[in-house]
Amino acid sequence: MSAYGRMHRKEDARFIRGRGTYTDDVNLPGMLHGAVLRSPHAHAAIVSIDTSAAEAHPKVKAVITGETLAGLRLAWMPTLSGDTQAVLATDKVRFQGQEVAFVVAEDRYAARDALELIDVEYEPLPAVVDARRALDEDAPVIRDDLDGKADNHIFDWQAGDKAATDAIFERAQVTVAQDMLYPRVHPAPLETCGAVADFDRVTGKLTVWCPTQAPHAHRTLYAMVAGIPEHKIRVISPDIGGGFGNKVGIYPGYVCAIVGSIVTGRPVKWMEDRSENLMSTSFARDYHMHGEIAATRDGRIQAIRVKVLADHGAFNGTAQPTKYPAGFFHVFTGSYDLAAAHCEVTGVYTNKAPGGVAYACSFRVTEAVYLVERLVDVLAVELDMDPAELRMRNLLKPGQFPYTSPTGWEYDSGDYPRTLRLALDMAGYDKLRAEQADRRAAGGPLMGIGISFFTEAVGAGPRKHMDILGLGMADGAELRVHPTGKAVLRVSCQSQGQGHETTFAQIVAQELGMSPGDVEVVHGDTDQTPFGLGTYGSRSTPVSGAATAMVARKVRERARVVASAMLEASPEDLEWAEGRWAVRGDPATGKSMAEIALAAHSGLELPEGVEGHLDAVCVYNPPNLTYPFGAYVCVVDVDPGTGQVKVRRFVAVDDCGVRINPMIVEGQIHGGLADGVGMALMQLMAFDEEGNHLGASFMDYLLPTAVECPSWELGETVTPSPHHPIGAKGVGESATVGSPAAVVNAVVDALRPYGVRHADMPLTPANVWLTIQGRPFRTDLAIP
Amino acid sequence: MMITVTVNGQAHTRDVEPRMLLVHFLRDELRLTGTHWGCDTSNCGVCVVHLDGTPVKSCSVLAVMADGHEVTTVEGLERDGELDTVQKGFVECHGLQCGFCTPGMMLTARWLLDRDPDPSEAEIREAISGQLCRCTGYENIVRSVRWAAESEAAS
Repeated sequence: MSAYGRMHRKEDARFIRGRGTYTDDVNLPGMLHGAVLRSPHAHAAIVSIDTSAAEAHPKVKAVITGETLAGLRLAWMPTLSGDTQAVLATDKVRFQGQEVAFVVAEDRYAARDALELIDVEYEPLPAVVDARRALDEDAPVIRDDLDGKADNHIFDWQAGDKAATDAIFERAQVTVAQDMLYPRVHPAPLETCGAVADFDRVTGKLTVWCPTQAPHAHRTLYAMVAGIPEHKIRVISPDIGGGFGNKVGIYPGYVCAIVGSIVTGRPVKWMEDRSENLMSTSFARDYHMHGEIAATRDGRIQAIRVKVLADHGAFNGTAQPTKYPAGFFHVFTGSYDLAAAHCEVTGVYTNKAPGGVAYACSFRVTEAVYLVERLVDVLAVELDMDPAELRMRNLLKPGQFPYTSPTGWEYDSGDYPRTLRLALDMAGYDKLRAEQADRRAAGGPLMGIGISFFTEAVGAGPRKHMDILGLGMADGAELRVHPTGKAVLRVSCQSQGQGHETTFAQIVAQELGMSPGDVEVVHGDTDQTPFGLGTYGSRSTPVSGAATAMVARKVRERARVVASAMLEASPEDLEWAEGRWAVRGDPATGKSMAEIALAAHSGLELPEGVEGHLDAVCVYNPPNLTYPFGAYVCVVDVDPGTGQVKVRRFVAVDDCGVRINPMIVEGQIHGGLADGVGMALMQLMAFDEEGNHLGASFMDYLLPTAVECPSWELGETVTPSPHHPIGAKGVGESATVGSPAAVVNAVVDALRPYGVRHADMPLTPANVWLTIQGRPFRTDLAIP
Repeated sequence: MMITVTVNGQAHTRDVEPRMLLVHFLRDELRLTGTHWGCDTSNCGVCVVHLDGTPVKSCSVLAVMADGHEVTTVEGLERDGELDTVQKGFVECHGLQCGFCTPGMMLTARWLLDRDPDPSEAEIREAISGQLCRCTGYENIVRSVRWAAESEAAS
């Protein structure tokens, strides 16, 4: 009997009773509370900081500034991209909301009171707000802390074959170009970031509770930065109230909480509020893209070339594999059979919060998919061809896999036409087009149909190519089967709601012929789990899930040897059938894992070379990424009078290979689709000319509620990954990656009678209305 | 200020600062951490509790305003070891992922079903429209509430 399939989640029992333990739920004896003083300016020199009044507050235990930290050599910390970031600003502030001072007090209200008592004198400087002006000759230099830095340039990067691509464009029958912005957005998990730090002065042990998606990476970085020996650091990532990439990096507040505990000798809790979360922690995207596509007149796509300006904010803090400054943007070639492609990306500093890779983006795959799927629609308009037909004509064929893309990535498996066909059938595509034609003919209400077909590259990744700050992206798993046949699995990744305690138990159960209820999954505690880089980029199932299957198979092989001793047969004469080891051809002799486990711990004489017990460890180094894909169809109704967009239907067909727990997979997809609708239509994070953040609360940064979301219509195809031990691919980010293009394509399609070919996200009512009036605007700037 | 608030049927008397929010009173004073804190602007609804039977956002209620009143939190949904049907529905239909919005969603759902035992999908969406969920896309929350409605109708 298969252990895969729909199964209620093990973790639900605590959550529905309000018995989860999130970071803010951790209360330690004698615990103090921290609060961060933040910069009101986007760019300003710090003239002086006077903390005397705050220090005199009766409930204040410590006030920490950049000067305090400089004495500990902690004023600056490395970012995940090898840049440096101020923990607390010393010389100047570089974005609004930047950390300037940290107060430790007896309760959280007093800590906030004391912030008001700190007097900081600033000398405002002109801010770099528009990324497109960041490299101007006269642009203020943001990073004058870096030796010899005289501009705001971070990196230039390219991929593909420029000469071959240019040659195709020169002789192409049809070329179209489109500028587009994937605006800055924020993942906004409902639990903000925070930490509880407890430094024990006697043992020298530091324990940090923190909602981190990568607890082991945090521990190693703390050891490297703070000089605390790694074995004296324990990072506990308890229940996490959503992550979406927002909780990968180390934030200054974490370091401040740690220093606060070291300085006071007491545990210190720091939880940011919503505005702090939106203003200062990892944003996503902010890609200014110029895309061009070359095709034949009959709709054969030949080449794509792209130029990107990437706004990384004031510090280059993107969390991605070292070799890839633009993440996996290489997949901008999409799901199509191209002859050549080329892209160039330039990264720049601006006076905005650092970040860039977050929000279920699969390391910039989101931007890439949006670009190519918008370009294909622009081409369809140019050719006056149906966008579904244009895609179908150019999709890779099943026989082309494994397929090496023009930028050098090997797509593992796929049957794209089948998936697109299913999505079109589910949507009733032809009928929808007929309805639209009728409405247009009658001058009726505006209706749009948008398609997107995406391929993702997830599950980083092969260690020889992929590391973060030198740490290879392989993940460990440990499995113990106890004497009575109950198992404990320990993994390096950490769930933020993905249901690992259930899914990973199902994997072990499937491999060992057990019940998932008999497998306990331990995660999120560096003292209790093997090393690994954590959960982001949809890597848990591709990497840790594979490690889980492999470690279970190791245990199964050990069990075979033990069973052979029990059955007095040679291991080669046993077969694994129906979850038992039995003498080949004689299923009645079968020994279950529980029987074998007891024997393995007993006085049974074991063959040479077997130590007894049923334990194993495994480190999984993935041979390749996995390439999930999908076809989405979105139907919208647009009110031209108000610019209001209503998502009428959304059909999503995903192929993520083998589904371990389809219920959980579908839940992941539902959430990503809502994200896509939010980003496409609502989530606005603009800055004014002084660098003021205009989306710093949920009053301004609008997230979709139940009434903006339709009832999602899901379908599936299954094309197993050939290199993953159980044929699974990542899925956590698929819908976030694939859905924004479908929504935007639908809205632009609705506006076609007005001659609209493109409009940038978010397609708010004001934006749509102005676009209809022929007055599109920069959604990233609130500068008249 | 001395206040007495009845929470999940039990009276609690505490001396609190007048500015203390109800959410912090519940979490920090009573250690009922099932009620969460998410946005400060009463947009997200992870702090929803019942105040005299009506859902309120406890980040927008002062603890002193609850003096002499009855509060029900997620910890009060389970009665005598028996889960509320709404709690069962959320498990049955995978109505939660990270669990952070779940207490508030379930309390609003309980309130809705007490007023309207057979709400339509649109009515459920309307009822929870003052609350955010970042994980589920709302689909399975709606199904969970419908499951609870149907389950209660059948029993």
